[in-house]
Amino acid sequence: MTDHSEVDTVTGKSTTGHEWDGIKELNTPLPRWWVISFYLTIIWSIGYWIVYPAWPLISSHTTGLLGYSTRASLAVELANLEALRGEKMAALAAASLADIEKDPALLALARAKGRTVFGDNCAPCHGSGGAGAKGFPNLNDDDWLWGGTLDQIMQTIQFGARSGHAKTHEGQMLAFGKDGVLKPDEIVTVANYVRSLSGLPTRKGFDAAKGEKIFAENCVACHGDGGKGNQEFGAPNLTDKIWLYGSDEASLIETISQGRAGVMPAWEGRLDPATIKAMAVYVHSLGGGK
Amino acid sequence: MNKTVNPNELTSDDDYGPLYAARKKVYPQSTHGTFRRIKWGLMAFCLGVYYFLPFVRWNRGLGAPSQAVLIDLPNSRFYFFFIELWPQEVYYFTGLLIVAAVALFLMNSVGGRIWCGYLCPQTVWTDLFYAVERLVEGDRRERMKKDKSSDPMNLERISEIVLKHSIWLMIAWWTGGAWVLYFNDAPTLVKELVTFQAPMIAYIWIGILTATTYLLAGFMREQVCTYMCPWPRIQAALTDEWALNVTYRYDRGEKRTSVKKAAELRALGEHVGDCIDCYQCVAVCPTGIDIRNGPQMECIQCGLCIDACDNVMEKIGRPKRLIGYDNDINIQRRQEGKAPVYRMVRPRTIAYSAIIAVVGGFMIYTLATRSLLDVNVLHDRNPVAVRLSDGSIRNAYTVRLLNKSGYDRVIAIDAHGPANLSVHVIGVDSVTPDRPMIVIPRDTTSELRLLVTAPAESNPEKSMPVRFQVTDIGLGEVATATDNFVAP
Repeated sequence: MTDHSEVDTVTGKSTTGHEWDGIKELNTPLPRWWVISFYLTIIWSIGYWIVYPAWPLISSHTTGLLGYSTRASLAVELANLEALRGEKMAALAAASLADIEKDPALLALARAKGRTVFGDNCAPCHGSGGAGAKGFPNLNDDDWLWGGTLDQIMQTIQFGARSGHAKTHEGQMLAFGKDGVLKPDEIVTVANYVRSLSGLPTRKGFDAAKGEKIFAENCVACHGDGGKGNQEFGAPNLTDKIWLYGSDEASLIETISQGRAGVMPAWEGRLDPATIKAMAVYVHSLGGGK
Repeated sequence: MNKTVNPNELTSDDDYGPLYAARKKVYPQSTHGTFRRIKWGLMAFCLGVYYFLPFVRWNRGLGAPSQAVLIDLPNSRFYFFFIELWPQEVYYFTGLLIVAAVALFLMNSVGGRIWCGYLCPQTVWTDLFYAVERLVEGDRRERMKKDKSSDPMNLERISEIVLKHSIWLMIAWWTGGAWVLYFNDAPTLVKELVTFQAPMIAYIWIGILTATTYLLAGFMREQVCTYMCPWPRIQAALTDEWALNVTYRYDRGEKRTSVKKAAELRALGEHVGDCIDCYQCVAVCPTGIDIRNGPQMECIQCGLCIDACDNVMEKIGRPKRLIGYDNDINIQRRQEGKAPVYRMVRPRTIAYSAIIAVVGGFMIYTLATRSLLDVNVLHDRNPVAVRLSDGSIRNAYTVRLLNKSGYDRVIAIDAHGPANLSVHVIGVDSVTPDRPMIVIPRDTTSELRLLVTAPAESNPEKSMPVRFQVTDIGLGEVATATDNFVAP
């Protein structure tokens, strides 16, 4: 390095001997306070080693004199948050379902809480936005198997459908084919009759009168006159545009032959009452609520 | 700083001189004149604004803060006289920063480091601290003598030192105190501070700013400019040959002689320089440099050496401004016997002024036409569309209404699209069919879940635009947002 060092003629100072594209660096010493500050930061860092967790050991690490731990402070923060939420959720627990929807602050709280809990518990079947899938109802529309009022939605969440809970919704679509109640050709006929109820096209040569007769003998008990459905048994309305298991002939034949009995678990006991309330309001507010 | 070295003598590391250097303490002498007066004036103005602005009141009506300038962090509001800004309007600050940066560039291209010499807080507070020092300990010579003196401390000297640091600390404390007043109602906070009921964070901030003011203005001083500040480095890239910098006019100054010798030589008709080597320019310099060595990194261009030199020139009966705001082009022109040329208006200054005018104009325009009612719409992502039992299609939106005014509003929401759309807001019973109305309290936002339904017979094939219009029923003020209505 010394070989390249020279004296700058303008300033009279020596250069460091470093050169970049013809530009040379003057050898200007650092101010003393700067150097002292640098050493002070090193000393400061030693203090950090002593009071804070610092050095990894083989199976653990040094914990420091202050005993500080990010995990412990996270636990404290979460406890504080829980306490804060507790107050707000108490207000939710005290209000009636209808009042929650009328109060903008409670509605916002219920929707926020409901959205999170829905994502954790309901989304696997109903989809993250409640859009549903084949066999799992869309919760955004206005077609409800077990009723779409706030109270009915809450009841369904609490006790489920065919969940085994004592207060659960009961009732199922029987397997008319598998159990030998209807013959294959009768199933085809009644499937086409069901399609005709909502104005869907039917198979050529389909006997409407025979279909109506089979329907009256086997289906009306649950689905009601004209197939309007019955929320008592969770029997869907067959005259509307919404089909849980599909409206094409093959799907209908499968439904009638094999039966349907989707299960919705009971959430009472797994979620606290205020949370279930929040979820009922959330589902109701998706748009389909009555 | 370094001794001059002969390259041939550089044989070991020690020959490069020390790795670090002790600070050479600067003892600026007092002076008077044009630039000193400008500096006093600007100091009084800047400090006056800084210390007293939080106490200026501004009536915004009941329930709103009555402080003219307030940064309300807990409520995310910024108040500046008649302006109230929300966090999403932070682009006004971006505009302000652009204008500020370009204004610095403009200053620099006109008169060099005007910012550094006159307006920078570091300069203003250091200047103030020097004034205190001078008042308590005396001017340059006395301070140098006192510092160098090997006499044991007597009571007078100790009391001087204590007094100086006490005044410094009081100024520093007031500086920190004024800072926190910008973030809270000033009279209330002052009351809380003196009764020790203010929040801890206020005391912490006062402590931090007291410490930085005391250290930076009392001890670090010119070293902040020389070693710490990036602006002197940046400005080197922004200057050009026409910029007026504090310049020793060596064409007039050299060769330096004494007053007596100069008179003798002039009588003989010989050329003599006006500089009499009195070192007054060095004595008054707050960064401790000799301006006669030409433009230097340390020079903050405060112009105090101009005042000092002018006073000397006046005494010896020579023309003023041996040191003045000038550039090398003019020095050369004078050497060639031509008249100096000053070009304030040139592409660089025009461009900077134009940028300031355009950005500033745009900001004023947007501020003047800024709406106090706003609406944002976000379409549901999942599901994007829902088919209802009667075959109609419904889309759901999250709508956020912003009421930036100081009064509650009654808002009606309409959706306009090609199909015969109906609108419903969750939790709101519409009095008028398909025109939900809600109340938004003053200075708040409301988030609503809004459902738009298209009847079965007018089912759209594909997505179509929808315009949401919110209307203040009382005032007729309108805000709109557009989104799409999607078919499943």
